[in-house]
Amino acid sequence: MAIDHYVTLSVLLFCIGVLGVLLRRNAIIIFMSIELMLNAVNLLLVSFSSYLSDTAGQVFVVFTMVVAAAEVAVGLAILVTVYRNSKTTDVNVLNKLKW
Amino acid sequence: MISTYIFYFLSFVAVFSALLVITSKNPIYSVLYLVVTFFSIAGHYVLLNAQFLAAVHVIVYAGAIMVLFLFVIMLLNLNEETETHKPALVKFAGVISGGLLLLVLVAALKNFEMAPIQNAPNPNIGLIKNIGKVLFGEFMVPFEVSSILFLGAMVGAVMLGKKEIK
Repeated sequence: MAIDHYVTLSVLLFCIGVLGVLLRRNAIIIFMSIELMLNAVNLLLVSFSSYLSDTAGQVFVVFTMVVAAAEVAVGLAILVTVYRNSKTTDVNVLNKLKW
Repeated sequence: MISTYIFYFLSFVAVFSALLVITSKNPIYSVLYLVVTFFSIAGHYVLLNAQFLAAVHVIVYAGAIMVLFLFVIMLLNLNEETETHKPALVKFAGVISGGLLLLVLVAALKNFEMAPIQNAPNPNIGLIKNIGKVLFGEFMVPFEVSSILFLGAMVGAVMLGKKEIK
């Protein structure tokens, strides 16, 4: 399979993730869209790594997964705490940091 | 060529279920469609000879992260009734901006050409032996730093999950 097909697929998935962040107001779905974007980048890294026969790309994917897992663990814990205090995960209600 | 058909099938499944993730009203369905997307991406990894990463991807994403998402959604009792929506104008603006980003990326990548590869493609780079050699050789320090990051994330999640924060 040619590399440009994988690039196109990654671009599509990344843009769907961006669209999810822009369209939805539920903070959990925004998190899921971020996961989608991270996965698009992972797919691109793996396809280039396989194209160039370089293992470093696949090692970067492992690091991305580590960071994504840590982000999800802390982020969801923050969301649960926020929900306990304000009974919502709507990002339009959570505007305390707005200037 | 059979791998071409598999590629198109997996790509279709990935993009279609990714679209369903961001459009479905119920957050639980979003998680389930995201699991489908992750499985099709794992299929792509197998196609790209990255078998170890495909297994890790399924275990970490579909097994751990998605269960965490599902757990939180059910804990917070989010469902279709509690789901809020943006006004139509904001949605329209979001679709336009996302479409513009797609347009810019496609236009930027339309005429790109990869430099010709020096060595013949090696199908064995995705094996755990080679990944381990690079991970524990060249990338030893980032590996250790990521373990500290994990420890910090774990402590932070436990601290945030406690009943009252002092």
